[in-house]
Amino acid sequence: MFTRRDFLKTAGVAAAGSTTLAGLSACATVGGKSRGHVVIVGGGYGGATTAKYLRMWSKGAVDVTLIERNPTFISCPISNLVIGGIKQMEDITVSYDNLKSKWGVKLITDEVTAVDSAKRTVTTAKHGTVGYDRLVLSPGIDFIPNAVAGLDGNEERVPHAWKAGPQTVLLRKQLQDMTDGGVFALHIPKVPYRCPPGPYERACVVANYLRQAKPKSKVLVLDANGEIQSKKALFTKAFESYKGMIEYVPNSELRGVDAASRTAELEFDKIKADVLNVIPPMRAGNIAMKAGLPLINDRWVDVDWLTLEAKGVPGVHVIGDALFPAPTMPKSGHMANQHGKVAAAAILNLFEGLAPNPTPVVMNTCYSFVDSKNVIHVASVHQYDAEKKQPMPVQGAGGVSMAANELEGKAALAWAKNIWADMLA
Amino acid sequence: MNLKHALAMLGLAGLSALAHAQDPNLARNLAATCANCHGTNGHSVGGMDSLAGETQEKLMQKLMDFKSGDKPATIMHQIVKGYSDEQLKLITAWFAAQK
Repeated sequence: MFTRRDFLKTAGVAAAGSTTLAGLSACATVGGKSRGHVVIVGGGYGGATTAKYLRMWSKGAVDVTLIERNPTFISCPISNLVIGGIKQMEDITVSYDNLKSKWGVKLITDEVTAVDSAKRTVTTAKHGTVGYDRLVLSPGIDFIPNAVAGLDGNEERVPHAWKAGPQTVLLRKQLQDMTDGGVFALHIPKVPYRCPPGPYERACVVANYLRQAKPKSKVLVLDANGEIQSKKALFTKAFESYKGMIEYVPNSELRGVDAASRTAELEFDKIKADVLNVIPPMRAGNIAMKAGLPLINDRWVDVDWLTLEAKGVPGVHVIGDALFPAPTMPKSGHMANQHGKVAAAAILNLFEGLAPNPTPVVMNTCYSFVDSKNVIHVASVHQYDAEKKQPMPVQGAGGVSMAANELEGKAALAWAKNIWADMLA
Repeated sequence: MNLKHALAMLGLAGLSALAHAQDPNLARNLAATCANCHGTNGHSVGGMDSLAGETQEKLMQKLMDFKSGDKPATIMHQIVKGYSDEQLKLITAWFAAQK
């Protein structure tokens, strides 16, 4: 039988409350004794950042185990450019090697199957059970089962491509295989969803490709919302520049799909597409449910914004898209990175017996491509409001681009290189 | 805005801020909000300005010029307005101290 102790020996992971096993990993622990063991579930923008910053800021004194199901990091931001044929998968794929070799993060490539927040353990599919002093869940989003009739189990036929990876490749291939004169239909769910400007950017870069490769084709944007949800004036202008190709239809909530015929079923209409790209309604990643965290609207995790600890579940911090957001706070990779830093700082303070930083600040930048070179941004800064007990957007700060421009096209790609390095290098 | 004047005011504000409980790593934490674009600890990997090791005076001048609109920008004029001058002073001092 593979016991917990065996696992800890094998993996070299410091156990919760254990002193003898602490510091077995390659990471040189200051003074030879670990200050604590943090397990992080999910190695995306939030989790990878937390892992690196815990190790960096503690100078190796805190042991960190990162559990991630994918062997490499694949970025959602910039993945629309792969679908549009401007970038390749290797351009959005980054190794976890530096987190291991440079920062001494213990990486477990596996799926988490259960969390016991009372015993402070995480169970994985293949690597047994891991104990923690503090747990950080950065689970991203999962799609709500049965939210769209006929969709579940048909994601090969009706891709979402809202998690970067094989779905990105699949949607790119379907777009390439589409005949000239075909219809690419894109469905956007009601807010809140991951990456508010993302679907509108996708419509633009798909149209950019079709304009060159299949100019008789059409991009039909079926938006469950009443209007464009991010950078509205700028995307409206971008859509106009694809006149005759992009058609934007608001208030188009999807009731169901017929996957075989790629038909979108709206309240009063049925639309047959050649490529049907449905972004389904979503909620916090499934592990939040498995961990027994209370959810707002059955969808999002409520946190204490000073520590990012889930309300009512001590020792479990949650960051990124899974959160019930503070006012105007977007579900973005950039914001998840910022959450990760606030959580890392708070955890280190708590290990030291200090109060968390009473004045955390987070900020966001989202760049969107409207064609292969021109980009528009939205930015915001959120300062913690002690009375409201949550970060509030600073009035008069932030904003959007004056117009789409090439300078920000370069900035967008530099942003990607720098944030990937900030998480993983 | 005159930089000397700004720094003088910040000095006073800084003193009053110290009277309140402040996180020992406040400057580090604030500077980390810049790292997404400008690199971990201000070491850009390309395409964005590195901030590490620049003088505080130079960094403050740039930020104040973004804030006043004297220095044109695509995005920094919007971001800098989200931080108080006291916060910017902490951030620039922290980056200036990085090697």
